[in-house]
Amino acid sequence: MIVAEEKPLQEIESSLAGFEKLLVLGCRGCVTVCNTGGEKEVEALCAKLRLADRASQRRRRIEGLAIERQCDYEFIEAIRPQLEEVDAVLSLACGAGVQHVAEVAAGLQRPVPVLPGVNTTFLGAAVQEGVWAERCQGCGNCVLEITGGICPVARCSKSLLNGPCGGSSGGKCEIDPEIDCAWQLIYDRLKLLGRLENISRVIPIRDWSSSRDGGPRRRIREDLKR
Amino acid sequence: MKSGSKLERLLQAGEFVVTGECGPPKGANVDKLRQKAEHLVGYVDAVNVTDNQTAIVRMSSIGASALLVQMGLEPVMQMVCRDRNRIAMQSDIFGAHALGIRNILCLSGDHQRFGNHAGAKNVYDVDSVQLIDMVRRMRDEGQVQGGDEIDGVPRMFIGAAANPFGDPFEFRVVRLAKKVAAGVDFIQTQCIYNMDKFKTWMGQVVDRGLHEKVHILAGVTPLKSLGMARYMAKNVSGIEVPGELIKRIKGVSKEKRAAEGIKICTEQIQQLREIPGVAGIHMMAIEWEHKVPEIIKGAGLYPRPRPPDEPS
Repeated sequence: MIVAEEKPLQEIESSLAGFEKLLVLGCRGCVTVCNTGGEKEVEALCAKLRLADRASQRRRRIEGLAIERQCDYEFIEAIRPQLEEVDAVLSLACGAGVQHVAEVAAGLQRPVPVLPGVNTTFLGAAVQEGVWAERCQGCGNCVLEITGGICPVARCSKSLLNGPCGGSSGGKCEIDPEIDCAWQLIYDRLKLLGRLENISRVIPIRDWSSSRDGGPRRRIREDLKR
Repeated sequence: MKSGSKLERLLQAGEFVVTGECGPPKGANVDKLRQKAEHLVGYVDAVNVTDNQTAIVRMSSIGASALLVQMGLEPVMQMVCRDRNRIAMQSDIFGAHALGIRNILCLSGDHQRFGNHAGAKNVYDVDSVQLIDMVRRMRDEGQVQGGDEIDGVPRMFIGAAANPFGDPFEFRVVRLAKKVAAGVDFIQTQCIYNMDKFKTWMGQVVDRGLHEKVHILAGVTPLKSLGMARYMAKNVSGIEVPGELIKRIKGVSKEKRAAEGIKICTEQIQQLREIPGVAGIHMMAIEWEHKVPEIIKGAGLYPRPRPPDEPS
């Protein structure tokens, strides 16, 4: 899933300066699963903003709502009336969701700005309750079949394809004792699978044009395109 | 000859070589670089010039290497994968060759987390093994990585690092074999304090016959003080300083510890010379360049041999 984390309240408040009618908009997709931007978090943030209002004797109109997915026009279109009612939208979705809602909101008769309430951090997975870790960089050319299901692009601090570097020590990465050395994990996994030969040959220079380096990417399914 | 560098000619002639190291200044202070390098003239066969080591911004490796060429010292230009993509790397290699640089050391590079620009974006377009392959291809096939023909082929003697003390230990020799397969000509190892572990690793190297395909220079760094020994043991991942070595330094009075460190270093060099497959030493006397002559003399490696001429 896409993992995100809340922006500090102070930063949110400063981006909201001057707006009186607010819509805090959650998303029931990834950000709900990672407990950052779903219905519960929308309610919690609304409560915090109202509390701040009470403390400073302001009276903004603050409403909260979560939709199925902010990365789909269909669900955004359904809340057009609510968007038309406000001065600004604070989206708790990932960057894709924020941009999609912003596009619709900019096309309203009275265009409305959409502001991010979270920072989108990475493509990851829950490794334990309340802990998520990066697993994928969306590089567009998966090598997991070689590396035993552990991604060196996302999980090695240097994205080495022929690791480990000299900084691998006791299973940890030199940059932080909390980070596992991806290449130690790869080595151990391939040993377990009896497939160490996968990494005993040089993995050649790769073509990064499938990644962000090739420019913004699109995926088109001609059979589904209308 | 692949490059005709002095280092290559000496290694080809079977001489036990000595390389040194010189970290460029944190600015454009040419005098400081010259003063540091001056200590090494006549005592080492080539000098590594680090490439923004520990991710701290310094004078470029290529610029400092060119200055050493002017001084009559032979540089080993270090190049890390952290800061350049393949376009910049190949372009710099052309430029380096034009400036008289003939040795290159291909490294991953320390992560920017350690340096003075922790907020920098890193590159890692290619890794160190792939960089070796790229430079070899430029030299031997006359092609840039993208396939175009090169106008004026850069003849580089290609080096890389190996860390016998990194984990997983049993994969270290495999990774060396990958560098050999990619076309590396010489290896400089991480600094060695755990002699037994190094011998075990060298045994694996010799068993695979890798020492016949690549020249292995054993890394040494003299310990200046007890503090340095403890720091290296504790804080530098991939370096092992055995407890008895720390005990030995601790065992002499404070003012004699630097001398003890030098003594230890010369003993280490003598032990390394005896290990089958070791073709030379790489002396990393960090901010202690002026002690290199004493150590090299003490280890019986002075005077340095004259390299044979390149066969025409």
